[in-house]
Amino acid sequence: MSQESQKALPDALSRGASLKQLSLLNLWRSYCRHHISSARDSLNRLLRQPLSSLMTCLVVAIALALPQVLSVAVSNIDELGQSWQGRPSLSVYLHHNVKQPVAEKLLTELEQLESVAEGIYISPSEALQEFEEHSGFADVLGQLERNPLPPLLQLSLVEQLSLEQVQSLQANLQARPEVEQVDVDLQWLQRLQQILALGRTLIWLLSGLLALGVLLIVGNTIRLAIAARKDEILVTKTLGGTNAFVRRPFLYTGLWYGLLGGALALLLTELCLFALAGPVAKLAGSYGSDFLLMGINWFDAGFLLLASSVLGWLGAALAVGRHLAAIEPK
Amino acid sequence: MIQFLNVSKRYPGGFDALNNLSLNIDAGEMVFLTGHSGAGKSTLLKLIMLMERATRGQMVVGGQNLNKMPRRQIPFLRRQIGVVFQNHQLLFDRTVFDNVALPLMIAGFEPRDIGRRVRAALDKVGLLSKEKLNPIALSGGEQQRVGIARAVVNKPPLLLADEPTGNLDPELSAEIMKLLQQFNDVGVTVLIASHDLALIERMGKRKLTLEGGQLVADVPGLGGEAA
Repeated sequence: MSQESQKALPDALSRGASLKQLSLLNLWRSYCRHHISSARDSLNRLLRQPLSSLMTCLVVAIALALPQVLSVAVSNIDELGQSWQGRPSLSVYLHHNVKQPVAEKLLTELEQLESVAEGIYISPSEALQEFEEHSGFADVLGQLERNPLPPLLQLSLVEQLSLEQVQSLQANLQARPEVEQVDVDLQWLQRLQQILALGRTLIWLLSGLLALGVLLIVGNTIRLAIAARKDEILVTKTLGGTNAFVRRPFLYTGLWYGLLGGALALLLTELCLFALAGPVAKLAGSYGSDFLLMGINWFDAGFLLLASSVLGWLGAALAVGRHLAAIEPK
Repeated sequence: MIQFLNVSKRYPGGFDALNNLSLNIDAGEMVFLTGHSGAGKSTLLKLIMLMERATRGQMVVGGQNLNKMPRRQIPFLRRQIGVVFQNHQLLFDRTVFDNVALPLMIAGFEPRDIGRRVRAALDKVGLLSKEKLNPIALSGGEQQRVGIARAVVNKPPLLLADEPTGNLDPELSAEIMKLLQQFNDVGVTVLIASHDLALIERMGKRKLTLEGGQLVADVPGLGGEAA
């Protein structure tokens, strides 16, 4: 021991044998500092083992990208259904006894409606003639005593009508005395909507399962990290580290896994969409459509990142809660 | 500083490590705790740190009643106590500086305070020049001195040492003891568990002898004699 260090002793310990009291402000500042240093150190730890960290993040990303891709697909099909609804048409069958002038007057009246683009009147004789030409039943039809076909108003509706609007129009027409029956060519659209609703439910279920998977993946990774740093945890607790102090770096590790996994999931989703954009455009082109794949919007992307961060944090919290209490200095 | 009244510790399985032990250590004392392996030395230190809870009896450390101390208060008790281990328990994934800084970071000191205090402590144990090394690169005696620096860096009123010289040769052991005494000289209460009887005799301090979990001898110090 040197002379200087001998002399340094009273100075170093002169303020006596008590821990200097820390003010509340100082405590708050040190609390924030530890949050920042925990966040930074845990990120550094991940970056120091890039390959194994990437593996964990990729597993998280794949689990998150799967429902994300499906959800984008459903949104696109929905959009497609909306745009292909295009000009729905209504077939308004009138009673047999409605004469042509009355029918044409009704047609003029209906054409005034906002939701109706145009309409034509098809008389029973025109309809029969058309039917004979197309069906090949001309002989049979010729034997009929009278024309069984009703007068018909064929209405083209304007675009961008919702299903509900079309259905309420149908109900209004049905209520008129001249009208026998109104057919809407919308059943396929209704079925599509039902299938999409089913698809959305399935995506929620799948998302739930995969979120559970993310919890377990992050939880297991954190469990290994806790085991690897057992000595450090023991020493920290011996030196007076609180449980929160010991827990904090692991929670941040989970948060980083979640956040990085979420960012990778966005990247994977965008890659999938990029790969699909060409074929979809080609397919749409062959139908004479200029349909374009919708990507992920900012809101969805933000939500995914938030959700993945929360999942990572929760997974870490579960692992920490289970394994950290078992490590106590002996 | 430390008061034990009729303290017993029975481990699960029925082993009585401490049996109706009473003792009193005043603030500023330097006391050696000796006895054979299994006599209860380590258990006594663990009870003071609340690494174990007493089965029976009253314990007061630094004016705080340990019997009633809730779990969440334990970390704050431990911050008032510096501990030196036989195997020093340093972390080999960081530098000497960061090892010594750990108690200050746990207690939430300002970064510039940390630098100042860590260097003061390292200077005290004569290792200031090695602050940037990994402790694995140090000799056994140096590692133990880093352990001591870490134990005293936040100026605890009480310093516990569990066989601090257990793995060291006589010369290094004497040096470590001298260091511990220097902390006692400035008012730190020091309690050292050791079975190095020759060394203890030379120190001339109060000596408590445990046997079978009971206090069998309490020999007062010679007063002021240094090693």
